[in-house]
Amino acid sequence: MTKSTIQTHHKDHQEAITSDKTVFGFWVYLMTDLLMFAVLFAAYSVLHGNIFDGPGGREIFNLPFALSETLILLTSSFTCGLAILAVRQNNKNQVFLWFGITFLLGLSFLGLELSEFSKLVKEGNTWQRSAFLSSFFTLVATHGLHITVGLFWLSLCMIKMKTQGLTKGITRKLTLFSLFWHFLDIVWIFIFTIVYLMGAL
Amino acid sequence: MTGQELITNEEENKKRMKSYVTGFILSIILTLIPYVLVTYRLVTGYVLVASLLVFAFMQLVVQLLFFLHMRQESKPRLNLMIFLSFFGIIVVVIIASIWIMQHLNYNMSLVQMSNVMQNGEGF
Repeated sequence: MTKSTIQTHHKDHQEAITSDKTVFGFWVYLMTDLLMFAVLFAAYSVLHGNIFDGPGGREIFNLPFALSETLILLTSSFTCGLAILAVRQNNKNQVFLWFGITFLLGLSFLGLELSEFSKLVKEGNTWQRSAFLSSFFTLVATHGLHITVGLFWLSLCMIKMKTQGLTKGITRKLTLFSLFWHFLDIVWIFIFTIVYLMGAL
Repeated sequence: MTGQELITNEEENKKRMKSYVTGFILSIILTLIPYVLVTYRLVTGYVLVASLLVFAFMQLVVQLLFFLHMRQESKPRLNLMIFLSFFGIIVVVIIASIWIMQHLNYNMSLVQMSNVMQNGEGF
């Protein structure tokens, strides 16, 4: 082995360690975020009965609507995984295709959620109506805010990728984004189960 | 990159593809079953609530394994360890909150408080 190959090996090794560290740091952030969602879930489960003569979950939740939101987000999580696979294969067109689909699905999820919120507000069921609605809006809108941030993040990555190509830095950012996106899907499963399905009982 | 590495990479990618597809199909099934259980009320009461939670946790495990690839993590498995410790904290936060707040609701309802005040026992 020549000296230069040893050096490149050493460099690759160092880069692998840095990338592992970045992923681990991001994972720790995701766990603290999960803790925040857990507190919001706890607040919701404590307050969901306090409807103050307003509407309960059964009156305002539309289950087929929530199911379509769930399936859209689930599919976007899946296409995000396919995009990361394309990143590993260094196939730029496929990366654009799958992340594009992920972005559109995320956007339509956000659109559905906002239309649900505006419908509730128009009917007078705002976050000021009852403790149940306050905790509902806080929990679901926090998740929606994360989705919005994720969409901005993804579009920034896509713009950078368009100009710079699939560099190591962008590959790392996209990997972190995929973790974030899968994480949001997992949080939504619990929102779907605990807020919508149990609320409809 | 040598030819050998390319082949293993391809195999690895195929494995990951399979993992994503399996995870996606399992997740859809695990979403539809609780939805059907609720819409058609196949079971009721506590059994329904418990089974909804079980399906949600099954989907959590499926997505951790197939989307986040938690099985393939190299040792030391720090991601898994920190996940488990946070999971413990979260269980305590949620269960303890519900437990404490239910007792507060039960022991400090408005009716009870006004009874205490009217009967002159005071606080």
